[in-house]
This record gives sequence, structure tokens and C-alpha cells, in this order.
Amino acid sequence: MKFSGKVIKYGDNVDTDVIIPARYLNTSDHSELASHCMEDIDKDFTKKVEVGDIMVAGFNFGCGSSREHAPIAIKASGISLVIAKTFARIFYRNAINIGLAIVECPEAAEAIEDGHKVEADLDNGMIYDITSGKSFKTQPFPEFIQKIITNGGLVESIRRGDIK
Amino acid sequence: MSMTMTQKILASHAGLESVEAGQLILVSLDRVLGNDITSPVAIKEFEKIGVSNVYDKEKVTMVMDHFAPNKDIKAATQCKMCRDFCEEKSITHFYDVGRMGIEHALLPEKGLVVPGDVVIGADSHTCTYGALGAFSTGVGSTDMACGMATGKAWFKVPSAIKFVLKGKLNKYVSGKDVILHIIGKIGVDGALYKSMEFVGEGVSALTIYDRLTICNMAIEAGAKNGIFEVDEQTVAYVKERSDREIVSYKADEDAVYDAVYEIDLSMIKSTVSFPHLPENTRTIDEVGDIKIDQVVIGSCTNGQYKDIEEAAMIIKGKKVAKNVRAIIIPATQDIYLRAMENGLLKIFIEAGCVVSTPTCGPCLGGYMGILAAGERAVATTNRNFVGRMGHVTSEVYLASPAVAAASAIAGKIADPKEIMKD
Repeated sequence: MKFSGKVIKYGDNVDTDVIIPARYLNTSDHSELASHCMEDIDKDFTKKVEVGDIMVAGFNFGCGSSREHAPIAIKASGISLVIAKTFARIFYRNAINIGLAIVECPEAAEAIEDGHKVEADLDNGMIYDITSGKSFKTQPFPEFIQKIITNGGLVESIRRGDIK
Repeated sequence: MSMTMTQKILASHAGLESVEAGQLILVSLDRVLGNDITSPVAIKEFEKIGVSNVYDKEKVTMVMDHFAPNKDIKAATQCKMCRDFCEEKSITHFYDVGRMGIEHALLPEKGLVVPGDVVIGADSHTCTYGALGAFSTGVGSTDMACGMATGKAWFKVPSAIKFVLKGKLNKYVSGKDVILHIIGKIGVDGALYKSMEFVGEGVSALTIYDRLTICNMAIEAGAKNGIFEVDEQTVAYVKERSDREIVSYKADEDAVYDAVYEIDLSMIKSTVSFPHLPENTRTIDEVGDIKIDQVVIGSCTNGQYKDIEEAAMIIKGKKVAKNVRAIIIPATQDIYLRAMENGLLKIFIEAGCVVSTPTCGPCLGGYMGILAAGERAVATTNRNFVGRMGHVTSEVYLASPAVAAASAIAGKIADPKEIMKD
């Protein structure tokens, strides 16, 4: 699984209420959710995000509500990968289950700056900051998690018989 | 192999003799829960899986509580989708307006969770039922969908932090202060991916309702679950509501914990979480002069009868401060009815509070008490993130029912001892 895009960076404890405020939870339409993604902490997010971009954040990303609308909104906005120091556990699970690639790498999340061009290869667990020339090693995903993400989520994996 | 309480429950539901932290296991589910926000997403995913029925009509449970009674057409459409699905699949435990309550108050009240159960819910506060000695945890809608289809979910077995409780709480101090105190100590990711296990002689000095509040906010420390040892109070509470067998687990004496904290309940003071994270705690004597615009007493955290009663005892015979809106939300129909029969609603209304039908409403900024720019609320809810209850520049201060009630009278964050003059 390879990724390449510009970085949009946030701090610690980005919660699901700012990723997608509850006032928009009266819909489950993906593009509608994406149109409000991050608006309470970054009004310009939807304007600056481009397909393939990589979100970088600090500790405890996705804390709070279990709303799957949060990783759905991020994925539907065009973000291809989220790199964080740590993820809140329900968000971590939800992201994998809906096929949004995420990876914990404290060193990369610390060093990479907003606007940098980054490439990642999660098969071998490498993250490259093209702008700064630094590279970072992380744990590669186990095969079954890779399969879920490439299939586009847990349900599709069950349907295809990849998960029994 | 020594195990924690949580690990024992998980092992028993995975058909294994023992499990250890980090192990990936597939467990059988005693209950799969969803609400009107998360179930519609789950229903869409369920339909993609291609099975015709849910794994057990008695065990799948849906509660219409977040935007119900419906706040707008979209919310009504979501509830209708849940209603139609439950009708079509003959789901027994579907709770709609008139019968519903806030899910995490309703399920224990209806006897739908017993000690030793494994419960998943597409709502982060599903961890509440650990108060009854169950393993329960919040998941997303896809996990709910797969749980409805297969009756199973995968988990990574968590390690744990042990909290050894001793002593008794002081007057006007309750479970909310205990959990805010703990989150202030360990932080919003202090228990990330872990269990929080509560044991010790102090457990029996806490009511079931204190324990429900404490476990409810385990997620606010990042925990996978919170769990209390089962005692006589747990057994009495559950037996009144369910005929199912009670299976109680104690951790092995040599079980391994990542950390152990001793908490003396008698040392805990009324505690308030300042914006915008639950870990920003201050004891009531450190709060300073914080004027407020609104008070909310309710939610899955503090909408139990005991919470409503405690607030009423403080508000009784007094008036809500000018320029403060005080919103009281009993968490279930049963609690609402008891509050009416025992005269609590009269106390609130005479004081100038509004009393609402059960709903999650304002807690998550849905409706029934949204804040304007720059407004401040004291709430007995569970999160004070940016924009949680309304405008992004509004502020939420988390507190106990006693502090919230005292604050409604004072017009600023207040110590119940000062309002009651004792």
C-alpha cells in the first residue's frame, strides 16, 4: 500500500466532535459529511484538501464519540492516510473497518510539518518526508488489516470471504 | 496464566482457558446495541453483508435517543430507517419515543445487561455497563453491523490499570467527582487501549449509580472498558430486573497491571473539568468566579433518579439565577415518572427550570439547549470539547449534579456546600 500527498497537520487530542460536529450527524451521506470535515478547528480544510493528501496529528487522534462518520468524513474528503502519534481506540478500529489507512508513528508525526510532501509504503512500514529528506520506520500492518483496507473495509472483506 | 477481570470475561466468551494482553480473539456477544445516529450507518453496512436476519432477535437492541423526539426531517428519516429495520427483522428490544430513555441508563434499568456479559454498542459510552461487572465497550457502526450479522466481534485483549478504592465519599461528592478526579490525574489518554478495573473495600461504599457514572466516563480516559467487582449491591440491582444467571469474576491475585492507583474516596472534593478537555480538572475551591448562562442536568452520565433527586434537594425552595437557563433531563421514562410522583418536577418548575423528556439532545450539541457564541454551560454530561454543545466559542464545564444544581442557583460555578450553607 503506497501513498503520496501533501501534509495537513493538526495537534494532540483531535476529537471526533471537531472532525465532524454532531449537528451534521442527521445524515450518513459521505460527501455531505466530507463537506463539513474539520470545520470547527480548520474552516479552510475542505478548500485546501486534495485527493491523496495525508493528515498528520499528535496524540490521541479521534478521541471521543464512536461516530464512524468521523473516519468516513476524512476518507470522503480525499485524505488517503492519517499518521498520528497515537489514535483513540474506537477511531482506530473504525478507520480500519471502513478502509481508511492509518498508522501510528510518533517520530514521523513529530517531525513532519504542515505542507510537506510525504510518501508512505505501509507494506514495509516506511514513511518518507520528501520535503525534509527524512525517513521514518513504523510497524507494517499485519496482512489481514492490509486486506481489509485494500478491500475498502470490513464488510467488503467479509463479503469476499477474506475474513471468516 | 493469571488474568484480570476483563480478561476472564473475554476468555470465557472466546471459548478459551486463558488469554493474555495483546492477543487477538473472536468473542461471542450477549448484546449488540445501536442508537438513531449510529444504527442507520450500521443498517446500510448490514445490508451489504448479504445475510437475511440478525444473529439473535432478543440480543440486538436499538434505542432512539440522540435526536429523538426527532429534531428535524433528517433525524426523523434516520429513526424511521431504524424502526422499519427492527420491524422487518422482528427485533424485540427496539425502544422508540414514549418507551425509550437514554440508552446507557435504559439498558441496566430494563435488566438487559448482567454481570459477566460481553456487550458492544455503536456508542462510545457503552463502557457504562462495566459498573455491573460486564465487559462492555463502544465500537463503530461497521462493528455493529458485523455483530448483528454474526454475533461476534474481534478484540485485542487489553492490559489493565487497577484502581484500589478505599474510604467513603463526603456529602455532595459523587461518582462524577471520582471519575473527573481520575481523568485529571491520568489524562484523556491515560488508559488508552486499556481496561480500568475498580476494586477494594471502597467499592461497596459507592452506589450502583456512582459506579455507572464512573464506568461511563472510562472512555474519556481513552479506556477500552471500565469494570467494577460484583458485590451484594450489584446482585440486588440485577436480580430486581433480570432472571438471567449472574456470573461474577474477580481478577487473579497475581494478575499483572500496567499501573495501580490507590484512591481514598474520602479525600475527593467536588471537581469541575474546564474547557476543552475532561482532563482539565480543578477542585471546587480552585474554580474562581465563572459566570454561566446555562445548566444541563441529565445525559447517560448523570441522568439517573439519584442524580435528579440530588439536584432537586439543592434547588428546592430556591430560584434559578436570572439569566441562567436550567435544563433538567431525566434519562428514562421510569425516572421521569418517579420524579413526578415524588414531587421533584414541581420543585424544578417552581424554581424556574425546564424539565425535558429523555434525550441526549444538548450533550452533543444536537438540540434542546444549544449554546450561542461565547456562552458558558455547567453540565453533568461527559465531554467539553470545542463546539460540543453549540457554537465553537461556547464553553462547557463538566460537573456533578450537585455542583450543577448549586451553579444554577448561584449563576456561577458554585460549591453545593455554600448554597446549602452546611
